[in-house]
Amino acid sequence: MAGVTSGSIYALVGLGFTVIYSVTGIINFAQGEFVMLGGMISYIILDSTGLPTVPALLLTIAVVATVGAVLYLMAIRSARKASVVSLIIITIGASVFIRGVAGEIWTRDYVRPPYFSGDESLSFLGAYIQPQALWIIGTTVAAMIVLQVFLTYTVMGKALRACAINRAAAGLVGIDARVMALISFSLAAAFGALGGVVVAPLTTTSYSVGVMMGLKGFVAAAIGGFRSPFAAFVGGITIGIVESLAVAIDWGPFSSAYKDAIALVVLLLILLVRSGRLAAEERVG
Amino acid sequence: MLAKVRGRAAYAVIVLLLLLVMLAPFEWFLARYTTLMIFIGLNTMLTVGLCLLMGYTGQVSLGHAAFFGIGAYFSAILSKTYDVNPWLAMGIGAAATGAFAYVISYPIFRLRGNYLAMATLGLGLIIYILFRELGDYTGGPDGMYGIPYLSAGGFVFDTPFKRYFLVWGLCLAMLLISQNIVRSRSGRALRAIHGSEAAAESVGINSAQFKMKIFVLSAVYASLAGSLFVHHLRFVGPQPFGFLASVMVVVMAVVGGLASVWGAIFGAAAIRILSDKVLLEFGELDLIVYGLILMVVMIFLPQGLFVGLKEGYARLRLRYVRREAEP
Repeated sequence: MAGVTSGSIYALVGLGFTVIYSVTGIINFAQGEFVMLGGMISYIILDSTGLPTVPALLLTIAVVATVGAVLYLMAIRSARKASVVSLIIITIGASVFIRGVAGEIWTRDYVRPPYFSGDESLSFLGAYIQPQALWIIGTTVAAMIVLQVFLTYTVMGKALRACAINRAAAGLVGIDARVMALISFSLAAAFGALGGVVVAPLTTTSYSVGVMMGLKGFVAAAIGGFRSPFAAFVGGITIGIVESLAVAIDWGPFSSAYKDAIALVVLLLILLVRSGRLAAEERVG
Repeated sequence: MLAKVRGRAAYAVIVLLLLLVMLAPFEWFLARYTTLMIFIGLNTMLTVGLCLLMGYTGQVSLGHAAFFGIGAYFSAILSKTYDVNPWLAMGIGAAATGAFAYVISYPIFRLRGNYLAMATLGLGLIIYILFRELGDYTGGPDGMYGIPYLSAGGFVFDTPFKRYFLVWGLCLAMLLISQNIVRSRSGRALRAIHGSEAAAESVGINSAQFKMKIFVLSAVYASLAGSLFVHHLRFVGPQPFGFLASVMVVVMAVVGGLASVWGAIFGAAAIRILSDKVLLEFGELDLIVYGLILMVVMIFLPQGLFVGLKEGYARLRLRYVRREAEP
């Protein structure tokens, strides 16, 4: 169950990687920072303004989506003809920058926004479960469905998919690739923020959680092959479950400390198993 | 003509630089910056390896601090816990790091671009976690104290003044080796690989082998820097080998210029002075500044700050010379 919960968050991050990569061909190394921003900003808003939960969370997601848009407009778009190496370094720079700003203007301590609906465990068929875990899973599933509907039935969603399939052809029928790239960055930021908002009350958050979140979301997207949001979702749940199983096994005195290392080993294995296909894609793209 | 003048100017700059480096730690000159200069030397060793890798193979490593760390811990553990001669420990560390880089280069260079960067990032973090968690050997998060000084015969490198010459001697040797590689057949092969791997391979360049060699070389550089680092501080902990440390090396390489050997000194010196002498005054703005540097330099001068400025200057001069030549 814990695996599914954390897996949901990885799925949301992986979704962001997939959306941006399929539309623009860019891997956004700052993806994890959106999760961090989601958690931190929701904490700040709830802590200092006294807004009710739902508007505060929506406001958070809107703010982070704007950050995503600004990131694209300021950094990515100005470097349009940049090489892959430059784009990697630019998004790494953005990641470090966002992390630095968060640590500087807010706090470097771990913070915990309040639970959405109390912290009393519910018992379900004899197993106890945190209501927040249900919120996380429910929100992720809902977000998946909304995204799928958006991509399938709206004009904008169809344009995004067209861009992902063939950028040049999409341009020929009047789809502006730069607008689509902007939308994909905002969408990815919004999904990352959503993940951050729902997970922070359960796990606490801090200005430095972005890197690990980004890596695990990347694993999720890589398992899914960067193809569809659904594949990223499956990838996220998979890595979540693998991780929680690995932690459950007794590895001796260091078991929980190696949790992050396990996800990273999975990352390397996935990359190597898929290396042939990924390399071919990179050459074509 | 112009090339000759530029060549002579470059030599003059290098000679001046050498003079500065050699005289800096003396009492009547820049002695109070000796420690800072030692760190600049160590960082230059890391940076030049990454510059070679990024500039000449077009690949990024986001886990370079891990190699630095492997060298550091090999030296620390062997020389303190097992009483191995520090020089021998340093050699074993460098050999082990090189062998490790060689082994992982097979699977890792099947990847490229984004995936390679992600893989090196993951690998770097795994090694960092091992440093932190293998407490029985590494001292865990608290680290290890009391690592012995390096010594040769009866001569102990026990003052910063002595260590300064050790660090910079090795550093300059590394720069010269790198320079030779870049200017040799291998260097031309590497530039060809950067331009187009397919085209390079079609004229008979074994690109995988060249990339691997550079990768191993940069790992060995980093490992030697790590060994000197622990024998200088006589302490080792996991903190200087994490993700941000790897990013710092990238920042230095970006400032120095991606395909520039001597730019590495510039990058390492600029960032080290910035972080030790300027940013410390302003609290903890370092991340913000490094992030900005990475983004701004890559957007406006993708070949790196030092190289970008140099090329801009050369263009200006060329325009000036042409105007003079016209009647």
